[in-house]
Amino acid sequence: MSMLEVKDLSIHFGGVKAVQNVSFNIDSGIVYSVIGPNGAGKTTLFNLITGVYKPTTGEIRLDGEAIHGKSPNELATRGVARTFQNLQICMNMSAVENVMVGAHLRLDRNLVKAALRFPGLKKRDRELRAEAAELMAFVGLEQYVETRADAMSYGALKRLEIARALAMKPRLIFLDEPAAGLNPKETIEVDHLIRKIADAGVTVVLVEHDMKMVMNLSDRILVLDYGKKLAEGTGEEIRKNPDVIAAYLGAHA
Amino acid sequence: MKKSVYNGLYVVIAILLVLPFVMPNSFYLDLAVRMAINAVIVLGLNLLIGFAGQISLGHAGFLGIGAYASAVLPTHFGWHPLLAMGAGAVATGILAAVVARPIFKLKGNYLAMATLGLGIIISIALRNEAQWTGGPDGMPVPAMGLFGFELSNDKQWYWVVALLLSVSVWASLNLIDSPFGRALRALHGSEVASQVVGVDVVRYKVAIFVLSAVFASLMGSVTAHYVGFVSPNFADFFHSIELVTMVVIGGMASVYGSLVGAVLLTALPQALATFEGWETVVFGAILMLSMIFLPKGLVPTLAAKFGKGE
Repeated sequence: MSMLEVKDLSIHFGGVKAVQNVSFNIDSGIVYSVIGPNGAGKTTLFNLITGVYKPTTGEIRLDGEAIHGKSPNELATRGVARTFQNLQICMNMSAVENVMVGAHLRLDRNLVKAALRFPGLKKRDRELRAEAAELMAFVGLEQYVETRADAMSYGALKRLEIARALAMKPRLIFLDEPAAGLNPKETIEVDHLIRKIADAGVTVVLVEHDMKMVMNLSDRILVLDYGKKLAEGTGEEIRKNPDVIAAYLGAHA
Repeated sequence: MKKSVYNGLYVVIAILLVLPFVMPNSFYLDLAVRMAINAVIVLGLNLLIGFAGQISLGHAGFLGIGAYASAVLPTHFGWHPLLAMGAGAVATGILAAVVARPIFKLKGNYLAMATLGLGIIISIALRNEAQWTGGPDGMPVPAMGLFGFELSNDKQWYWVVALLLSVSVWASLNLIDSPFGRALRALHGSEVASQVVGVDVVRYKVAIFVLSAVFASLMGSVTAHYVGFVSPNFADFFHSIELVTMVVIGGMASVYGSLVGAVLLTALPQALATFEGWETVVFGAILMLSMIFLPKGLVPTLAAKFGKGE
């Protein structure tokens, strides 16, 4: 059984059919990429699966259990993490605090205990801070631990989002254009980082425009065009698919 | 946040300990008590506005519920003042939760509108239920007794309020640098990001709103007993605005900013009394100027300037 099963998924915004009858399965432990021209519905698909949008029709199952229509915070409890194409960083907090928020569900969140500083809580917080700093080192941000998020560069914030997602200890992580806006050197670093995440046993779903990166990392690729599934397969199959070539080169098939 | 944020707490405690011995007369002691009471209210309000990013324009209404609970229940029903205070706080908490839940399920900031309406309704109710509340004239409040010991003079009140303030500052600092506090700040920074890491946004917003409302209610009761008298003006819209102004002037999302804002804006009307009739105008001008030159509020601006950071 696949880890994630998507069946006939559609969402309509008024008359716009952003995603139409898309079906695919993702096996545990692989890197699965979603590609397609701008406006193909890739981010919408992410928003549907991670609960930010509710599908108009269709089903999404995680380990066989229906998760469509569940809220993002419910999905977080099931080990689903994500990053955003347009950064969603808390600029009012320091870098390490952003990562610590990622561990939210693993912590004692009781208001009264926190306000009265119950014994053990501060110690747990220090451990958490050390763990978050380690994660920042894992994504290559060790020099920014105490920096305020609003003082960091775009490329660093992109990786900070990945560190925050990893702090959830997810089983499934959705990365929405992690290399967008990065320079070639940073792109290679993110490429290596995603490899490391996959090697750690996390299933990765990737939306990315950098074809070199997609071909290099992906076990399987889904191609979307105008909200519909155009093709699915291994990198080699996708590369040779005439429909995909037509969509990307703009030729009329 | 490093250890150093707690250093400010020691400064606050030191000031509170020294203050009564350097006060020239009881007028200043009375002012200090009012400042401290406002500081506790503003601390609670700043948790909501500054840290969680939710605006309440009806906090004076919650003060009013607490104050009138302490006036009405002991006077008409013979309740013990502490019991009345608790009842006011519980009623406020329930009211706040009932109002907040549906509002926070909507997208967008509707809390400001809803609390504006709620505050006005409360103040109208207090004005109209004259047989219980004395109507527009207000009513006297019986003295507060603690374990057979009556709080009567300003000195005693000062120590009670100073203790409440110190504990509130300590608890606020603890709360901000905890998983709960980080979740609050995160949902302010990016609601969708906090949701995808598992923060139940509605629950957290309701929790902090209820907490700050209960804070206000308790301090409303304290004020009522201290002043010995309540009137509907206390629950007025203008009082709500004054409290929000204290948060903004002192500095949003700043614990010590809350204290500075409360102290300054409690003192300002007294300091401006010499302007006779023009004090409101001068008051307004000071607010405008501070918004233009210190848009982040006093304490955060100064902290950034001197490179300390909070």
